[in-house]
Amino acid sequence: MEASSTLAPTPATTLVPPTAGGRSLHRFANPGRFLRIAARAQPWLTGVALAASLVGLGWGLFWAPADWQQGDAVRIMFVHVPAAWLASFGYLALAACSVASLIWRHPLADLAAAEIGPVGAGFTALCLVTGSLWGKPMWGAWWVWDARLTSVLVLFFLYLGHIALVRAFDDPVRGYRAGAILALVGAVNVPIIKFSVDWWNTLHQPASITLTGAPTMAAAMLWPLLMVAIGFQFAFLALVVARLRAAVIERRMRGLLMARAAGA
Amino acid sequence: MTHLPYIAGAYGLTLVLAVGFGLSAAIRLSRARKRLAAIDPRAGR
Repeated sequence: MEASSTLAPTPATTLVPPTAGGRSLHRFANPGRFLRIAARAQPWLTGVALAASLVGLGWGLFWAPADWQQGDAVRIMFVHVPAAWLASFGYLALAACSVASLIWRHPLADLAAAEIGPVGAGFTALCLVTGSLWGKPMWGAWWVWDARLTSVLVLFFLYLGHIALVRAFDDPVRGYRAGAILALVGAVNVPIIKFSVDWWNTLHQPASITLTGAPTMAAAMLWPLLMVAIGFQFAFLALVVARLRAAVIERRMRGLLMARAAGA
Repeated sequence: MTHLPYIAGAYGLTLVLAVGFGLSAAIRLSRARKRLAAIDPRAGR
């Protein structure tokens, strides 16, 4: 039997959710239930992440055509763009967890936010560094203070601030609340990142793929890009779920030790 | 292939990040489960 499956549910110490949305969320707030579902989902998330990422990256690196202007440097796009999408997605997930934490006191939301932070920061760092590696041969500079690059750098600092803030208090709950407020305030940066290339004159190119229009990219490049994006998305989920499983077990462990210490 | 050092750097960094995060998550999860099993054998079964 899985270690996770025998974990007793957390006592009902949280506030009763006042809305239908809150009640629905609380159905999944039980750590024991989460661990059971997560243990079953983990191999699938990891498998899809590995398969899609490897196929997409191999496709982009070896079979996708070189760009007529950029040459083979365009292959950096296959890691840079999915990492950039995930940087923003991760922060939106962080903000959603913060809403669940502040409004419904969702027991898993605080832990999820704390575990999303480092993974999101990692993908944001990957976006920044691969962008720099792409910019040097194309623009002749490792870095320019243009609106897109600067707003993504601000996003990276917001992630770092969140990571530091949730660990800055002796009382973890105060750290989670402070981190949630920072995450919500910082969420205003996500649309700024998205529209920075439209609102300001930037060296960074505008979006090649939008929800409303046809992509301005050749299909031979678009398909491997989407494949890597799916792989990275599943990798993000797999990493967060694995870290969250560990965090739930660690919290359960601390609870057991404290209960024993109190009883001794 | 043109711009090979830049491409190798980008893909290499991606590999390092993925392996680093993946391994650290797997080790942390495994360690947490073992420690919980040591504290409470019923939960660790």
